[in-house]
Amino acid sequence: MKKALLNFFERIEPNKEKQPLLHTAYDAFFTFAFTPNATTKGGVHIRDGMDLKRLMVHVVLALQLCFVFGTYNIGHQHFVALGEYTGFLDGFHLKLAHGLIKLVPIYVVTMAVGLGIEFFYASKKGHAVEEGFLVSGALIPLIMPPDIPLWILSLSVVFAVIIGKEAFGGTGMNILNVALLARVFIFFAYPTTISGDEVWVSGLESTAAGAAVEYSWWHNGFFNGIFEYFGWAAFNPAMTVVDGYTGATPLSLAYQGGWDAVAAQYSPAQMWWGTIPGSIGESSKPLIILGALFLAVTGVASWRIMVGGVFGAVVMSLILNAWGATEFMEVPWYYQFYMGSFWFAIAFMATDPVTASGTPVGKWIYGFLIGFVGMIIRVMNPAYPEGWMLAILFMNVFAPLIDHYVIEANIGRRKKRAAAVATTTEVA
Amino acid sequence: MKLATKKYILLTALMAVANWALAQNGSGEGSNWFIYILLAVAVLLFFVIVIQVSDNMLAIEAKRVGVSDRGGSFSIFPTSKELVPRRKPDYAMDERVISTSRGYDILLEGEPESKSILDASVTTYAIIPPNFIGLSPIPKVTVEVGDNVKAGDILFFNKKRPEIKYVAPVSGEVIEINRGAKRSIAEVVILADKEMVYRSYDVPDPDSASREDLVAFLLESGAWPLLRQRPYNTVPDHTEVPRDVFISTFDSAPLAPDMDIVVDGREAAFQKGLDVLGKLTAGNVYLGLDARDKKKAPHAAFAEATGVEKFYFSGKHPIGNVGVQLHNTRPIGGDDVVWTPGVQDVITLGALFTEKKFMAERVVALVGSELKEPKYVRTYQGARIKELVDGNLTSEKVRFISGDVLSGQKITADSYLNFYDQQLTVIEEGDYYELFGWLLPIDPRPSISGTFPNFLFPGLKFKGDTNTHGERRAFVKTGDYERVLPMDIYPQQLMKSIMVADIERMEGLGIKELVEEDVALCEFVCVSKQPLQQILRQGLDKMREEG
Repeated sequence: MKKALLNFFERIEPNKEKQPLLHTAYDAFFTFAFTPNATTKGGVHIRDGMDLKRLMVHVVLALQLCFVFGTYNIGHQHFVALGEYTGFLDGFHLKLAHGLIKLVPIYVVTMAVGLGIEFFYASKKGHAVEEGFLVSGALIPLIMPPDIPLWILSLSVVFAVIIGKEAFGGTGMNILNVALLARVFIFFAYPTTISGDEVWVSGLESTAAGAAVEYSWWHNGFFNGIFEYFGWAAFNPAMTVVDGYTGATPLSLAYQGGWDAVAAQYSPAQMWWGTIPGSIGESSKPLIILGALFLAVTGVASWRIMVGGVFGAVVMSLILNAWGATEFMEVPWYYQFYMGSFWFAIAFMATDPVTASGTPVGKWIYGFLIGFVGMIIRVMNPAYPEGWMLAILFMNVFAPLIDHYVIEANIGRRKKRAAAVATTTEVA
Repeated sequence: MKLATKKYILLTALMAVANWALAQNGSGEGSNWFIYILLAVAVLLFFVIVIQVSDNMLAIEAKRVGVSDRGGSFSIFPTSKELVPRRKPDYAMDERVISTSRGYDILLEGEPESKSILDASVTTYAIIPPNFIGLSPIPKVTVEVGDNVKAGDILFFNKKRPEIKYVAPVSGEVIEINRGAKRSIAEVVILADKEMVYRSYDVPDPDSASREDLVAFLLESGAWPLLRQRPYNTVPDHTEVPRDVFISTFDSAPLAPDMDIVVDGREAAFQKGLDVLGKLTAGNVYLGLDARDKKKAPHAAFAEATGVEKFYFSGKHPIGNVGVQLHNTRPIGGDDVVWTPGVQDVITLGALFTEKKFMAERVVALVGSELKEPKYVRTYQGARIKELVDGNLTSEKVRFISGDVLSGQKITADSYLNFYDQQLTVIEEGDYYELFGWLLPIDPRPSISGTFPNFLFPGLKFKGDTNTHGERRAFVKTGDYERVLPMDIYPQQLMKSIMVADIERMEGLGIKELVEEDVALCEFVCVSKQPLQQILRQGLDKMREEG
């Protein structure tokens, strides 16, 4: 079986000179299927079983629970807005179908655009396709609102991969987190598609009472056909948004009216388990923490950054509590962790090994400052009640500076130590 | 660093208190509380400052008296090690034990089962000029093919430093002088006599002779190249006096020979070698001893050696590397030079004085998964590989490594063991494709990564082959290097400074404390499959040219 597959690959190998793009794509798929037969030359003779592909794919694995929950939650929020199937498991097949209709195109477009650019650059520069986009491409769909127009998504991916990564030399060279760069591009270029109360619930004309649903052929034709065949409940295009629904996220409520306003709409348990509107993958805290634990235990992501980040956010929320100038500041510090995308950001975005600080001490500082600064932006920024995206990008820029001072300290320490040994020799 | 951490913890605690106080204040009643707490904080701060100042003064005093490097803490605050003391092994209760948790032991199959040393029937030996870093590529060869030499007779010398002579390890007939690229000398091959004949010397008495006489004798007798120096791992300059001599008496590399077996029966020569080295250095001779085994003490030749300072070390590889030991005890800085000969090199040096012969005898460990019977053999420097492994191989598709799998050199069956090596490792060549090998590896393989279930089987030994398990990529800051290097050094930043040839930064980041074997484990764990040892050597060469 393995032999046959190898022979097949050998037969279809395109000419590297004549068809460079095709050969790059071939090489990417071949090395995806088989680890190459390269042996060590000079240097060490045996190598650790870990490589960058395996490192990256473990982040993707850690994200799988978020994907599953996020898909279902898209559908769940849709029906909550309509006032139908408001129990979490009611209308399971409808919610799943709606979630898939929204998520699959986002995922496919992200991957197609991102990998297309990667393949193109790899063939231009004559190196193998690097695996950085495995992770970026899995993260980007999870940090988008479910109704994001696909052309805006494509533009943002193009911007993030070309300006954010390839311009700096590819995977391992970028300064800013690629996935967050895609999101920040939309945030500044098309703010209406990624902020406000309207965008976090999909498939609706608006969140005003009585607004109609927006169903596509996939709803009315494809899935309704299947559901009717089995005699299950089907999508009903005549449904409208229920009275009193706002679609507001806990954070925007907290900004308007403090914790009381949030508690009037959502229970803490609801926010913790994630059955609230928001970006696709960010809402369920326990699943994110599971993924984060998996990354920390396997050593794929730095636990120092995560712990430092939690610590920084706690400290800042305590300070804000003490200050208490606005209602948002007075939200009890522990409830800050029930809202927004803090866990997702600190577990998967801040720990990107390429853009984070590179030294163990630096990682503590870097993580702490992300938590610290992010909480400031969340609470004090009047335009947008969430801060992790901007805080992480901000600290990405500062990570080399942190490392610089950590390393200067190391150099100073070395000089001192050598001097100490030299003097004691004279005494002896 | 530790103090700084304490300060931060204190600061955070204070902040929490102030925070609480503010909250109290805000609630209206009990605004007096706020004042009380502020006062309490002020008093606390005063005491903290007093304690901190006295602590610093103690440290300064300890340094002034010169006891600060003798181990022990002179701080008022207990260190984490004192709070949770590590149990020292019984045999090293009163000794300085340095332990570290950083590092990784690659457990491989193919360790010798028998501790007895067999005789190897090797007939040809070679001295290989490229083994000596910094030796000009075309040394002046003083023998011709067909000449008969005694053990200890001069074969060639360095044209740049003609005082340093390189000699024959065995007596016999020079049968080949092989040349490499650009007519450089690759090997000088000797067909050994059945009965060894030794060159006779007029040996000075190390107790009464002057340092100059001893140096002159070592240069002339050909023992000088046995000494290696840090930084750079080169043969030392005979005009320089080393700050110290540091000898690691154990090797923690994968499948490395057990030095207790190696030294057994040659204790007198080893001790004499230490005595001679003590005469040559401005400082002390230091021994790094093995404290990894809690029960078994190191061989008496090491533990009871006289005239030396001893440090015990416990931890995982690379704790046996002399560079790591130096860094954690007597770090090299500035223009310091420390000699770091190996145990068998010291024995050869000592035998020159005890037996008045150049005894280049070497106990070599033949190890690796592709040997039918891994074993210890007694031979001489530069033994021929083919004769060492004759009839002992399990397959043809193997890699011969002079040294260990991390920092050894790939060689062919027709070549010879390197000058300083005491280990021949034979492992399988891994030139196979693996279906989804990066995702679902079938065979167990050594790794420090938690993504492999290796941590469930702590004693599992791996076969280990030469497959790279992935392709080369740009550096990624995973923090893995720091996990396996028990030194206060940032390898990745150092590598980058070498790649941009920033001499000042290279030195600042500690390039002089490293040679290839120290970063070999970092290279092993590198997810980007970067050639760190090669990069480091480029940096060291650059430093040597400039310095």
